[in-house]
Amino acid sequence: MDIIGKKYFYFIFSLIVITPGLISLILWGLPLSIDFTGGSRLTFSFQKEVKPETLNTIKTVFKEENVEIATIQKSNKQVFIRTNVINQKKDTKIIETLQKKIDSFRQEEFETVGPIIGGETTSNAVKAVILACFLIVLYVAFAFRKVPKPASSIRFGICAIVALIHDILVVVGIFSILGHFFKIEIDSLFVTALLTVLGFSVHDTIVVFDRIRENLRRMAGSPFDTIVNDSILQTLGRSLNTSLTVLLVLFALLLFGGESTKWFVIALLIGVASGTYSSIFNAAPLLVLWDEWSKKKNKLSG
Amino acid sequence: MKFTPRILFWIIIVLTVMSILIDLPKTINIAYESPKIPLINKKISINKEITGFNSGFFLKPFNIKKDFIFRRGLDLEGGTSITLKADMKDVASDQKKNALESAKDVIERRVNFFGVSEPVVQTSTVNGEYRILVEMPGVSDVDQAVKLIGTTAQLTFWEDIGTQSAKLSSPSAQLPIGITSLFENPKKTDLTGSDLQQTTVSFDQKTAKPQVQLTFSDNGSKKFAEITKRNVGKIVAIALDNQIIEAPRVNEPIIGGNAVITGGFTTEQAKALSIQLNAGALPVSLSVLSQHAIGPTLGIDSLQKSLFAGIMGFVIIVVFMIVLYGRFGLLASIALLLYTLFVLAIFKIIPVTLTLAGIAGFILSIGMAVDANILIFERLKEEQRLGRPIDIAIELGFSRAWSSIRDSNISSLITSGILYKFGTGSVKGFALTLAIGVLVSMFSAIVVTRTFLRLIYGKGIRV
Repeated sequence: MDIIGKKYFYFIFSLIVITPGLISLILWGLPLSIDFTGGSRLTFSFQKEVKPETLNTIKTVFKEENVEIATIQKSNKQVFIRTNVINQKKDTKIIETLQKKIDSFRQEEFETVGPIIGGETTSNAVKAVILACFLIVLYVAFAFRKVPKPASSIRFGICAIVALIHDILVVVGIFSILGHFFKIEIDSLFVTALLTVLGFSVHDTIVVFDRIRENLRRMAGSPFDTIVNDSILQTLGRSLNTSLTVLLVLFALLLFGGESTKWFVIALLIGVASGTYSSIFNAAPLLVLWDEWSKKKNKLSG
Repeated sequence: MKFTPRILFWIIIVLTVMSILIDLPKTINIAYESPKIPLINKKISINKEITGFNSGFFLKPFNIKKDFIFRRGLDLEGGTSITLKADMKDVASDQKKNALESAKDVIERRVNFFGVSEPVVQTSTVNGEYRILVEMPGVSDVDQAVKLIGTTAQLTFWEDIGTQSAKLSSPSAQLPIGITSLFENPKKTDLTGSDLQQTTVSFDQKTAKPQVQLTFSDNGSKKFAEITKRNVGKIVAIALDNQIIEAPRVNEPIIGGNAVITGGFTTEQAKALSIQLNAGALPVSLSVLSQHAIGPTLGIDSLQKSLFAGIMGFVIIVVFMIVLYGRFGLLASIALLLYTLFVLAIFKIIPVTLTLAGIAGFILSIGMAVDANILIFERLKEEQRLGRPIDIAIELGFSRAWSSIRDSNISSLITSGILYKFGTGSVKGFALTLAIGVLVSMFSAIVVTRTFLRLIYGKGIRV
């Protein structure tokens, strides 16, 4: 199987997946939860299925209390309401008023995040992702410092990061689209998912790179693209099997593990799939592409 | 000393037994009722509680006293978490750290008095802002909790210094409401709530009304004696948070360091006041930055679902590994089972607070643990295809897969380190479980699986 020969095909496939997400990001941005923006979130839980009248009653009560509802959603027996920052007193008052008008419900969750905390969560998330990328480049460059010519360790590091950025764009882009159409929100758990995907993606890429490093010694003299292609094929079984196990576990979490982790798991599912793809079809072929470019440049200058 | 597979095997067995002992809950309830058995026409029912096992038993020699329990986060248990900001503008900059710490102590005491089991009170400094995070499992009445934590029970004693000085001695000090109708020229004495040694609730012997009994520290007793001495025949006002709760006339100097506040309280009020005084006054005022209350049913529901998902995930992996790698897969599954036991034991020992995200991290780490085995087995198969005998293929499989296992796991550790550093709450929990998972998975994949394989396929027992 010739993966390297068809590398442009795989790069284009990545572009096709990423582009809609990028467009969505530019048009609609990311639907950030109160974790980042600050605000309050109330979860009510009902004994019976929620009727539209109930929603209207809730809306009226909030209006009477001068609390602006940003979003209100219902799922079967639960209602989620997002508002600007309200305090405990207000919440208690709203609940008391509601209890007179609607029977058999209780407040399952009340969360308030002040705008300061929200801003910090955002900046910490951005910092964490950037720092993770940076340290991973450093580590990969260090781990592959003895890699034989024609490769250079810094190239390995940078190609690993390109694969990482690919995965971040895939996940963030898809969530921007999902957020727009399914009204889901990105919370701090999503950032956790994103960082896990980073770790997993590098994990995958390193396995392929490790094989390239080994084969560079073993197959010294063979052309670089053959070595890379062979390395990809040799690790393909492992890559697919590992990915499959992790994906299966994630499916188990998705099917059986409650509503609160659903989108977290979906982010991981997308990210793990993308991570496997990018380590096989992007990171390693990029090494070859880089090698070809630098050779061309040498030829031109020399 | 070189570890032979046999010695390693025994070490693994010992570790496993210890982990099982730690993992087991303290009491196990067995309740089972069989359907009617035709022959004897009876139901067999077993209902037994095994209190068995006290983990202190084998830890005694090491002098470790610990109750091993799983710490559950608020999202699994239900409860309240509040982030408070301390207002430090009146505190000297070198005293800020101290003020924050003592505020933390005060809150901790108050929360403990409140009867919260395993509360978490942490301080943090973010961008020059001083914060206290309070987590109270099982508390759903946030209103009451916030009141109890945030109330500055500032006890002050006031005396009248008469007309000789027209100016107020401390103009900046806020006067308790209504004190001007009592005193011509009120002055705050140097006796405060921090001079208290202890407070208790007692009942007046005549009226049977609840009252709060104050016992001053040595220093406080002296101050109190001074105040009562110079105010014989006059009124001394006791104020709590700028509210006069009592203004008794001093009949004679009180030397013993005891005083009683009979504010006309209900028993509940007296108790609350006693708690607030006992815990001391907050050195700084606090405001709520964020809060999160989770109902108890939501927590239990999430916990059960995640546990079930975890078990399903585990079963799926075992089936998958056995289908892919046959006998090796079975061995890897046993190693995986041990891995799970080890990790759970570590969670109990540290203890790691388990949150939903943490459980997800743990389940994910099972997946990553399998990866190490897959790497090794794929390599092993490859070496076998090259015509190497199985025992050599096993050794080569392990040694050649090692570099990629090491490098990929280190990068995972880097990510979890960053998550731990920058994350808050649930994200931190996730990072910690992931890091523990990665470390233990290296042990289980390398040491445990290899030992099993060596024992089975090692020299002499060649299959």
